[in-house]
Amino acid sequence: MRNPTPPPTLRETVSGAEAPTPSPPVVAERGAPAPPRGVLGLLVREQSILVPLIALVAAFLVGALLIRSQGVNPTYAYKSLFSYALFGGSGLTATLQKMVPLVLCGLAVTIPLRVGLLNIGGQGQFMVGAIGAAAAAYALRSAPGVLTIVVTMVIGVLAGSMWASIAGLLKATRGVHEVISTIMLNSIASGLIDWLLNGPLADREVPYPASHAVADSAQLPPFGFVPIGLPIALVLAVATAWVLRRTTLGFRFETVGRNKHAAAYAGISIRATTVLAMGIAGACAGLSGAIELFEVDPYRYQDGIAGNLGFDGITIALLARGNPLGTIPAALLVAAMRAGAPHLGFDTGLRPEIVDMLLAITLLFVSLPLVARLIFRRHTAKGNELASSWGA
Amino acid sequence: MGGFSAWLRRQRLAVGTSLLILIAAYVFYFVNQAVATSMFSNAWFFAVPLVLGALTGVVGERSGVVNIGIEGQMLTAAFAAFFTAAATKSLVTGVAAGILAGVAMGAFLAWTTVTARMDQIIAGVVINIIATGITSFFYKSGAQLPANMPQWNLPLLSSIPLIGDTFFHTGPIALFALLVVPVLHFALFRTRWGLRTRAIGEYPSAADTAGINVNRMRFVNVVLAGILAGAAGTYLSMEATSSFGRGITAGRGFLALAIMIFGAWRPLRVVTAAMFFGFANALASQLQGVVHTPQQFITLLPYVLTLVVLAAAAGRVRAPAAEGVPFVKGEGS
Amino acid sequence: MTEATSTHTAPRARRASTGERLLDITGLSKSYDTVHANTDITLHVERGEIVALLGENGAGKSTLVKQIFGLTRPDEGRIVIKGDDTPIKDPKDAIRRGIGMVHQHFQLVPVMTVAENLILGHEPVRGGVRLDLEGARAMVRELSDKHGLAVDPDAKIEDLPVGTQQRVEILKALSRKVDLLILDEPTAVLTPQETDELLGVMSELAAGGTAIVFITHKLREVLAVADRVYVLRQGKVVGKVHTDETDARGLATMMVGRDVVLRVDKEPATPGEGVLSIRDLVVRDDRHLTAVDGFSIDVRAGEIVGVAGVEGNGQRELVEAIAGMRPPVSGTIRLGDKDITRSNAFDTNAAGVGHIPEDRERHGLVATYSISDNLVLNCFDDEPYSRHWIRNTGAIREHATALREEFDIRSASIDAMAGSLSGGNKQKIVVAREMAARPRLLVAAQPTRGVDVGSIELIHRRIVEARDSGAAVLIVSAELDEVLSLADRVAVIHAGKVVAELPGDQIDRTEIGRLMAGERRAGRRLGVPPRSVDRSTDLMEKLNDNS
Repeated sequence: MRNPTPPPTLRETVSGAEAPTPSPPVVAERGAPAPPRGVLGLLVREQSILVPLIALVAAFLVGALLIRSQGVNPTYAYKSLFSYALFGGSGLTATLQKMVPLVLCGLAVTIPLRVGLLNIGGQGQFMVGAIGAAAAAYALRSAPGVLTIVVTMVIGVLAGSMWASIAGLLKATRGVHEVISTIMLNSIASGLIDWLLNGPLADREVPYPASHAVADSAQLPPFGFVPIGLPIALVLAVATAWVLRRTTLGFRFETVGRNKHAAAYAGISIRATTVLAMGIAGACAGLSGAIELFEVDPYRYQDGIAGNLGFDGITIALLARGNPLGTIPAALLVAAMRAGAPHLGFDTGLRPEIVDMLLAITLLFVSLPLVARLIFRRHTAKGNELASSWGA
Repeated sequence: MGGFSAWLRRQRLAVGTSLLILIAAYVFYFVNQAVATSMFSNAWFFAVPLVLGALTGVVGERSGVVNIGIEGQMLTAAFAAFFTAAATKSLVTGVAAGILAGVAMGAFLAWTTVTARMDQIIAGVVINIIATGITSFFYKSGAQLPANMPQWNLPLLSSIPLIGDTFFHTGPIALFALLVVPVLHFALFRTRWGLRTRAIGEYPSAADTAGINVNRMRFVNVVLAGILAGAAGTYLSMEATSSFGRGITAGRGFLALAIMIFGAWRPLRVVTAAMFFGFANALASQLQGVVHTPQQFITLLPYVLTLVVLAAAAGRVRAPAAEGVPFVKGEGS
Repeated sequence: MTEATSTHTAPRARRASTGERLLDITGLSKSYDTVHANTDITLHVERGEIVALLGENGAGKSTLVKQIFGLTRPDEGRIVIKGDDTPIKDPKDAIRRGIGMVHQHFQLVPVMTVAENLILGHEPVRGGVRLDLEGARAMVRELSDKHGLAVDPDAKIEDLPVGTQQRVEILKALSRKVDLLILDEPTAVLTPQETDELLGVMSELAAGGTAIVFITHKLREVLAVADRVYVLRQGKVVGKVHTDETDARGLATMMVGRDVVLRVDKEPATPGEGVLSIRDLVVRDDRHLTAVDGFSIDVRAGEIVGVAGVEGNGQRELVEAIAGMRPPVSGTIRLGDKDITRSNAFDTNAAGVGHIPEDRERHGLVATYSISDNLVLNCFDDEPYSRHWIRNTGAIREHATALREEFDIRSASIDAMAGSLSGGNKQKIVVAREMAARPRLLVAAQPTRGVDVGSIELIHRRIVEARDSGAAVLIVSAELDEVLSLADRVAVIHAGKVVAELPGDQIDRTEIGRLMAGERRAGRRLGVPPRSVDRSTDLMEKLNDNS
């Protein structure tokens, strides 16, 4: 499946002028046939990079107004934010470190998106992966570092995958909408982990709820600027793109995402694809949880380790237009903003939550089809939507 | 009232179950008055924002607009109500601000989904994220309500044993919630507005050819539904508690969605479903005294229950057929 | 109600013109993007006239009436209603000015009752707020009696049979004061008997002074009941005649623009061994009601069996069951000696069943995929299109190029998005894909619905070719003419069962119409396949000489 070139604007005229006639279905049903259910219609069709760029610019303009309202010069603020994040030594390291889970959590949203699912559970899946990794690391604390790392990453992947599969199974077998189930699972994960951190997995020597730190031999600080996890994340992003385009598995995913009914007719199991997509998504998020544990000071699970990963993942996936390769630049941008936020705070006195606001506004603009319509002046794709009803 | 008995006959399963529950409740009451009353009160206390949130969803979805952003609406409303009341030292302004906030977010949802035809699920997610962003950004600690919300006492009704104290001796928003249920039921099934609302949510093309302005009605309905979400948020920060913390909504907006589905988009069933959640919560708290379970498990219960309820409701309830799909004139036929 | 007699064969005597024009359209044009749906259309309708708008799919008929009813606005031109040339704002405005419309896809809310649907938009209220449902019911009964169309006010639309739903739709239009009634393809889902009843209703209404405009592509109906005909082709009016001045051949020529002989040339069938064998199949529909109720049939290699029937008698569920998309409740489906009753879509496909689905947008194509990707939907997992789970784009493209050539799929390239093609070309993709797999059994549901005549010809030819290469073909179609022209044997389906099997060359149209409506045929059940009799089924003859 190649990314299609934009459709020819001339409608084909054959022997009769074929006006766009929907094929009349059985009349006892409702009017027009089901619109092609796809993954965010125009996001798939308009693969142009222009749309997210314009959305970003618009968002930053609105953000500038917000910054100005707090009495700070916006140009100065943006410069401060990004120059620290991208050019300073420690800033760049922080950015790249944050980029790793962002790419992976971005993939955790992107992959189900291709199948037509919206995975809001990246947060919970990350956390479950991280806590699983923490537990395993503690259990293996006397083992050689390499073994610990490998085993723990596997545990992280499995844990995250399992957590996401719960939502996948609920959707596939009982039709429970994945948005609600993943959000519920986030809260459930939070609660369970809270109990674990104050109970079985707690490290009593630390004054706050946290797990034991990973053994020294298994800690992997960044190599220069580059965190160890970054190549893993980048490779996975590229691999995802390749799999989606060039393998039969990817073809199945894409087909289900674009037209469930045609997929069923073609013999593709919607259920299996749903569970698989969620499982893989959870694996990515869980992996990033495990990596976080090895890569980032203080190498233990503590409150707030997940930060805003869930929602950031969604922003990244939408910025990337559902394209796995796009998650890389998108994650870099978000990572820079997150890494630069504290510095921005020191420098200008702005509250670091300003970055939350900026990202929220970005998300808003990126998801407004209006923006695209203004550029292309075309009838935006109707009907390509995520599962938008509870029975679906 | 011939119509009423006909209605009773049709709804005998739902009515029967509710009656059974009431009877069980009273039996329990006679066994242990204090515990029963407190459980009932706790249940309703927990259920109020859920009822209001679910009804927000009902109005929206019956019109054809899916609203995932109820959580965000409630959060913004809780924030606006609390801080306005604290700043103006007036409870009434606080409540007004809260409701307005709900309406404003509702208008935002309406604009993005009906006018801009954005994907409704994503619009809801965006609302939630924006709400979190706004409330974090503008949060200031140390604010306080000028006073507590009054407890109103409906003269005759509040003397009814067990339910009187629970339902009729409460704050104004809780009373409002109680009132809204039958009003909305009547509105939805017995008025012109209700017939048209249901039509635009089921088969908007038919409504369109009948001369109804589908998109305008959807817009207005979603905005009005914001009143209910606003009330829910206001309740959380002003009536249920007198504080605002960043996690005050704690997923109630999503519980509300589950309750809406469980209640088959019907107001009376919604309130029953909400009470069910309330009872489950109250029961779990009671049990904690008996059987030692970690506090976190109790808080988790509603979320797990949501999953169970949704899995059970699958295939048994039917959503409004046209929900989630933006309506474009002329494409219906 | 008029009885189902054959009174409507001979063209009606020409009405004297009353001169009062209810509808006067001049120079009407409307385009969607670059498609000119209507170009410079001029027509008029007088009081009490029945005017037919004839044209094949895509000719612009629906667009035209949408503008008359206010569902959309013209780009150019004038619409004058009873002398008033103010533009029509919306359906409410059109209704107010005396225009009613019976839509092809009923504009009825399925979960609501008949009464609720009829009052929608102008509901009677009591005390300002409360809906007056009792009043609504009374109104329904009144209307029902007045026009002789019986309906139950409290029945839910989704529980009603299609013919009754249409009655509700008509009553809805007639519930307002109507001078001009538009009917859009009203007989698409009716049995021949119900069609005759409807034509009778139309005549009565016209006699009472209501003008009628009806859209159709069925020549028979035009000649039966219309006073005048406007023939549309490619958005323009290419002919306007009084029906007593023309005949079916003349109309068809105007419709298509060339001398058309709607015939399928085929050699007599030489059936081989049995391929498909269905016994006592029972299948439920989406609402868990029994749709297929003890269906049995045999199809042999090298023959085409056509299933004729009015839509809604279980055809869709039958086809879905055979194709593995819907598990039957009981009964068996065998392909050769293999039991495929419980096989899913994938296994059924692998066993050698090709399926042309009824709804190509929904099941047949992925609109945002290119033509080449759509063409491998049924074989993307097989060699040479993929190896070890990696797709072989070279082979896929070759395959697509070849098929595009063979089936004359008109598009800029094989990379064009399937969703951008015309109905006929989309259908050709589906047909090409299924036939490329050389199936043992080809199941085609409504294979030429919404397809232009040129593509219809091609698809029919290919179906016959498939038969001649030894495939067993099962055609399920609501277009009786299609079934009659293609099938070697015809099975009539009603209420989920086969009520009769007839050889393809001995079909009496009235007879089949009665069978489709469920009337029992005394005694005889012909299950004998045709022997080698040379016949080319000439549709035009059929149209002209049967009742």
